[in-house]
Amino acid sequence: MITKRIIPCLDVRNGRVVKGVNFENLNDVSSPVELGKYYSDCGADELVFYDITASSDGRKLFTDILKEVAKNIFIPLTVGGGINTIEDFDRVLKCGADKVSVNSGAIKNPDLINEAARKYGNQCVVISVDAKRVDGEFRVFAKGGREDTGIEAIGWIKECVQRGAGEVVINSIDTDGVKKGFDLEMLKAVRQAVNVPVIASGGAGSSEDFVTLFKEIPDIDAGLAASIFHFGQVKIADLKQTLKDNDILVRSI
Amino acid sequence: MLAIIDYGVGNLFSLVSSLSAIGVDAVVTSDPEIIKKADRLILPGVGAFGDASKKLFESGLCEIIKEKVAKGTPLMGICLGMQLLFEKSYEYGEYEGLGLLKGKVIGMEGTIPENLKIPHIGWNELKIVRKSPIFKYLNEGDCVYFVHSFYAVDCEESLLATAEYGKDLTAAVGKGNIYGCQFHPEKSGNVGLKILKAFSEV
Repeated sequence: MITKRIIPCLDVRNGRVVKGVNFENLNDVSSPVELGKYYSDCGADELVFYDITASSDGRKLFTDILKEVAKNIFIPLTVGGGINTIEDFDRVLKCGADKVSVNSGAIKNPDLINEAARKYGNQCVVISVDAKRVDGEFRVFAKGGREDTGIEAIGWIKECVQRGAGEVVINSIDTDGVKKGFDLEMLKAVRQAVNVPVIASGGAGSSEDFVTLFKEIPDIDAGLAASIFHFGQVKIADLKQTLKDNDILVRSI
Repeated sequence: MLAIIDYGVGNLFSLVSSLSAIGVDAVVTSDPEIIKKADRLILPGVGAFGDASKKLFESGLCEIIKEKVAKGTPLMGICLGMQLLFEKSYEYGEYEGLGLLKGKVIGMEGTIPENLKIPHIGWNELKIVRKSPIFKYLNEGDCVYFVHSFYAVDCEESLLATAEYGKDLTAAVGKGNIYGCQFHPEKSGNVGLKILKAFSEV
């Protein structure tokens, strides 16, 4: 049986991890390389690096650092942020990324998904969607969740998978940051719509929230979170033990 | 020196990094002279079988690999590189493989329960069915990372390990000095590094 994946997500700006990270035994808490290694050693099943840099100088720095990260971790690495063209795919894949996550870039140009899937395979293309309830439907938001695109989310996700996306990350803006659990209703709707791995994001506040996620929607593949891991509120080893105690299959390290 | 055979498919960054992390001297090459001198070979690969086997045959590397293997040089195929060790693949057509191992490669579609997602992506427990030197550092329950939509069948003769995904899928094979992993050891954390290390010592 395939195990459930636990994925920490790190936001990187100008080559440094943003959001104060609080760990013992870590000299440089904003170094992507050190944090990547730390999570990899703690039992994270995959890492997501999100580049929130705006400038092209910053982008260059990011790719240099990405290489360093990739050299030091031996688990799958997904990179997102600022992916708008096939050259962007190429740039991060050459630095050791295994998968590339597209969000706004695919909204602007949906053909990017087809093109990338053809060139690098479906397994390489992750569609990431920020969604929020508006007028009784799930709506796709762009620009880091600030702009309502007017696109209905479930239909959009189906289209992306048909175009070749091999994995879906669905981040619920409604539950994000609230720390009261994942958006089970939205996740169920997404899961029913597509037959590729679905990664839940937004809302995890405790290990129990992950238990609820995998119990309520047994075919969700992974849970992604940022701050609860960064601030040490949930330790990955403890989370995996809790999941194991609840008969949810996870990878031991 | 270990040679990673570069025939133009796939990203070799992680494989090179992981070998370097365990202190194995590896070189990425398509140069027949370097490959001839290597004391170990890795055949990597991602992408489609037809395209990869064409590149391997047209470049002539296929003959060099076969010669090396016949002389006893250890060879490990990874992912598509493992599938290429077999006689045939039915990925979008029918294509010849290296024929170093008995068996063929077929698609998951229609052969695993419909509710399971394809590609098979994620960490799966390795179920070892036959002892092998490449498993010498492993423990029971160890998991490895898979990304694939096709898998080898009719390969009982060389089957070393399986992974359960609706059925027991071929996860690792081995016969004599030939080894293959369907999963990605370079993406399988410490467990993967231990497999690469063991291969570097066979």
